[in-house]
Amino acid sequence: MTIEKKRLIINKIILALSTLSALLGLIFLFWILATLFLKGLNALDWSLFTKDLVDGGLRNLIFGQFVMALIATIIGVPLGMLAGIYLREYGYGKYANIIRDLSDIMMSAPSIVIGAFVFAVFVAPFGGINGWAGAIALAIMLIPIVISTTDNMLSLVPKELREAGIALGGSKHKVILDIILKAAKVGLMTGILLAFARVIGETAPLLFTSGTNSFWTTNLSNAFPSLTVSIYNLANFPTDKARDLAWGASFILTFIVLIINLTGRFIIRKRKSK
Amino acid sequence: MLNRELIFKKVAFSSATLVLVVLVSIFTMLFINAKPAIDKYGLGFLTQSAWNKSVEVNITTPQTSSSKQIVKTTKKDNEADMNNENLFGDDTPILEDDDSDNNINTNTKTKTIFGGYIPIVGTILSTLIAMVFAMPIAMGIAIFLSEIAPDFLIKPVGIAIELLAAIPSIIYGMWGLFYFAPIIQNIFGGSQISLLTAGLVLGIMILPFMAAITRDAMNTTPSVLKESAYAMGATKFEVVKDVIFPYAKVGIIGSVILSLGRALGETMAVAFLIGSVFKIPHHLTDPTISIPVVLANNFGEASGDMMSSLFYLAFILFIFSFIVIGIAKFYFLKGRR
Repeated sequence: MTIEKKRLIINKIILALSTLSALLGLIFLFWILATLFLKGLNALDWSLFTKDLVDGGLRNLIFGQFVMALIATIIGVPLGMLAGIYLREYGYGKYANIIRDLSDIMMSAPSIVIGAFVFAVFVAPFGGINGWAGAIALAIMLIPIVISTTDNMLSLVPKELREAGIALGGSKHKVILDIILKAAKVGLMTGILLAFARVIGETAPLLFTSGTNSFWTTNLSNAFPSLTVSIYNLANFPTDKARDLAWGASFILTFIVLIINLTGRFIIRKRKSK
Repeated sequence: MLNRELIFKKVAFSSATLVLVVLVSIFTMLFINAKPAIDKYGLGFLTQSAWNKSVEVNITTPQTSSSKQIVKTTKKDNEADMNNENLFGDDTPILEDDDSDNNINTNTKTKTIFGGYIPIVGTILSTLIAMVFAMPIAMGIAIFLSEIAPDFLIKPVGIAIELLAAIPSIIYGMWGLFYFAPIIQNIFGGSQISLLTAGLVLGIMILPFMAAITRDAMNTTPSVLKESAYAMGATKFEVVKDVIFPYAKVGIIGSVILSLGRALGETMAVAFLIGSVFKIPHHLTDPTISIPVVLANNFGEASGDMMSSLFYLAFILFIFSFIVIGIAKFYFLKGRR
């Protein structure tokens, strides 16, 4: 066999293997989605949205999960954005770089460990699991994501905009708030949406912070209903009814997460095509 | 008016500092809560394979100069073969039998001991399986997306891979338990919930993340370099092997290590599948347990020694993943943002 032929054959084999890998990735995605659709649609029923877990529905769980993710966003977004603004607009030195690296590390830190930390600080001293602790655990997960998004998005804003603002006599914070943030608005919104989608699907940090609750409640100082924690409990329950409910809940959860994700990507693409 | 600028800067600075504060508090709070267990078991915790096991400590009463301790194990749970067969040859003695004195009065005291050896081994093994499984496939996907795919496929496949990354881990766990595990059992035998299925599902979970950041690393290769290689008649594989890999090597290694860091701390996908028993796995298809799963299963009801032991495990996991992610970030992915 000539060397040319050998090279071409090796090339073909590797290319085929790579394409197969991509195919395998897609197969897993469709397999998981198909399972969710088949099992989820089967279990889906309007009564899931009107009854609480105690009566065989999911209403309180969906509400609870949303509320905790929303509070986490309300706490985490301003803090994360301010930190990101500091890193990009004020921090030029070593300190900013250290914070940046630490924030990146925190983004990949085990979520269960964050749960353990929040347990030690916000659960044990207050006598039991509560919704606030769950929301705080999610906020701790969310902040580094928002920091990194803000940092990246602000870096895309052209320097000339900053200079123009300052030339007009704006103080630095005015320029940041009125010009730079506006210029980066779309990217920031997308980042926040993706961060929200990430934390709303979290289970591990909620297991022993918010726990879950079978009943409707709006009181965040008690055990708070969580969709994800309940999926875990229901799936381990040996009855078909509980498992069906778990599949229905999984379907709804994945649906929410993927819709938010796709919306975020759609916004970004729309801006790019303009 | 003059102060607003200063106030804004200070507030922004404090928010940035919050990251440091939170990380330091995580470290200290875990350490403080783990302190009782650290004092009690020391580093021996890492090699002690007993967990929540009652041990009868018979303290010899005679005033001989050497007061000897006879430690007998009693099985608390029905984990019959836990100490005897040990694949990994850890030689931590639970049974310290002293043959010299048999007829002395003893007063018996029971204590419960905790050790982290099994979850630590379980964490490392499941992560290892996940990496071995995910790495070649992730590389393949990254090569496909950066070199092979025609333009009209790059975007949809890229989005599909990223959606795979967005699916919550608990979904992977459920799907793995009910659909993937039976298939693996049919192929490899053994039990459905096992180290192997947990590792494989964990691998599927980190696959999209690893593929995405590996592709990003590969895409940093300047197209001039690739084009010159193609112009010299190189095949696509040769361009990948001799141009892209050498150029993006550091970034690719960083991506792999970062994925490893993620896999170490993954809880839910593993919790469904690893079996949650405190046993050293003798085969890949045996059930065992990992650190995040121990925490997930026991934190709610724990107290006393068990609680501090759980915090000790959380502390170990935190340090471990901090180091792994830190190496990836500081050494390999420096300045890439």
